[in-house]
Amino acid sequence: MRSDRGQSAPLGLKIAAACGLLFLHLPILLIFVYAFTTEEKSFVWPPPGLTTQWFAVTWNRPDVWEALSLSIRVAAISTAIALVLGTLCAAAVSQTHFFGRETISLLVILPIALPGIITGIALRSAFALADIPFSFWTIVLGHATFCVVVVYNNAVARFRRTSGSMIEASMDLGADGFQTFRHVVLPNIATALLAGGMLAFALSFDEVIVTTFTAGQQQTVPIWMLEELIRPRQRPVTNVVAMVVVLVTLLPILLAYYLTRDGDQIAGSGK
Amino acid sequence: MTIAALNSNPAPAILPGSGGMRGALSDLFWRRPKLLLLLMLLPPLQWLGIVYIGSLFALLLQSFFSIDEFSGLINREFTLKTYGDLFQAANLDIILRTVTMAALVTLASAVVAFPIAYYAARYARGRWKALFYLGVMLPLWSSYLVKIYAWKLILAKEGILTWLFAKLNLLWLLDGWLSLPIVGGNSLSVSFTGTFIAFVYVWLPFMILPVQAALERVPGNLVEASSDLGASPGQTFRNVLFPLALPGIVAGSIFTFSLTLGDYIIPQIIGTSRLFIGQAVYSQQGTAGNIPLAAAFTVVPIVIMGFYLWGAKRLGAFDAL
Repeated sequence: MRSDRGQSAPLGLKIAAACGLLFLHLPILLIFVYAFTTEEKSFVWPPPGLTTQWFAVTWNRPDVWEALSLSIRVAAISTAIALVLGTLCAAAVSQTHFFGRETISLLVILPIALPGIITGIALRSAFALADIPFSFWTIVLGHATFCVVVVYNNAVARFRRTSGSMIEASMDLGADGFQTFRHVVLPNIATALLAGGMLAFALSFDEVIVTTFTAGQQQTVPIWMLEELIRPRQRPVTNVVAMVVVLVTLLPILLAYYLTRDGDQIAGSGK
Repeated sequence: MTIAALNSNPAPAILPGSGGMRGALSDLFWRRPKLLLLLMLLPPLQWLGIVYIGSLFALLLQSFFSIDEFSGLINREFTLKTYGDLFQAANLDIILRTVTMAALVTLASAVVAFPIAYYAARYARGRWKALFYLGVMLPLWSSYLVKIYAWKLILAKEGILTWLFAKLNLLWLLDGWLSLPIVGGNSLSVSFTGTFIAFVYVWLPFMILPVQAALERVPGNLVEASSDLGASPGQTFRNVLFPLALPGIVAGSIFTFSLTLGDYIIPQIIGTSRLFIGQAVYSQQGTAGNIPLAAAFTVVPIVIMGFYLWGAKRLGAFDAL
């Protein structure tokens, strides 16, 4: 007999929790209002008028399109690399016991645990020491390194829930190792990998600090935005891009949540 | 994935193998699981080991070089001179400012995060639980720069906050706060107060999640038992909830503290002209071209975080992650 079934929270706690959630969400919602403002020069509130003309202006800006294209290509390739490396690592760590397992988990988490500036400057000094010029691939190198952990976390959580007896059964029925992987293991971990991939994509699409150090003169969307924040050229265009970025990152997160919500560990909780 | 069973002598196969190259490989992995393990670990370990750890060592190496102040050239001889430069008054000032800010941001995040985490852990059920989860997850994952930009809009002199204070006839309060030394400035978006608010906002979800995870593990009847024994809500919080939530708070503080130590974008966009560690590193390696000093500066957060993690481990924070 539980006595707390009908209990509701004290009013003070309700208010504090609600205020906390509002504090988290209102600033992002504000961006949406600013994308429609007619004011060009300042951040005046309330907006003097509403217009949709800035969407057309943004659409015709080649620099925005270039940044977007670079961001998407980098995110796609980094995600692909992270999927392979993260899955391999997760499979090895969760299915077997060997000396140094803990060290490997730590190694995977390190690029996220240390501040981005350390990863960034470390990569940059390595490029300088090895005389590697900045290119598309230097960006990918940095991004893939910290995307591995997201895929790894999701894959490990799923491997823990997958029982080894299925694999043994598949072997008993005469499948070889590759067939077992293709027909038993892969279908089991597919949604976790998809969720991990989505999150890795979102993470890469949004990364700015490491990219600053590894991009040279190239501009991804966040670098473009940073440039606009420091030296504004056309404020309303920045507002529109900011709104689009919020919408673009929203989708992968929601998808990742729905793909893994029945599990014991939901994707995205360890950014 | 043929390593599920590690028994060394499998029964003779009843079915014929699949033959050919693939079959041979599959059989080999079955007989030698260690080989498969090695092949699986090799690519990620090579990547992380060479790219990442290699880079960190390259960085560490550079902090032992020094720069020639007249020619601006890097002198590649082993020296501790660059570390000595860290202890100049200006540089110590930067380190102290950053650590203070990180500590304040961590405290404030813990205070704001606790009610959200506690409500989500103890009272939210079913649909509300999912809503709370997404309500924390979406801000956590939405674009970092967009979040900072949003606060620039809010804190600007002509922005929504000033307008709100004016509507409530509280402008004198805002002006009074801005006229204070250290925390004040021309407007909130160029003051340490603004920097602090932006930091708390951006790192808050990192605090909520581990605290919630810690509170999920506190049985509700402990709280009831405490009030049955005559404790006031405040006493229950102090003697029961808080000690049990502490590992979660420490786990969250690892994130808030470490992220604040290394961030250079928030103070650059919202804040005064006084530098934080991240900005010092950025300007030393960029405009000044003094890579050794930049490298020595990055060693500071690494060392601080090393001690921090060691202390956190002793408090059992890693079980709450």
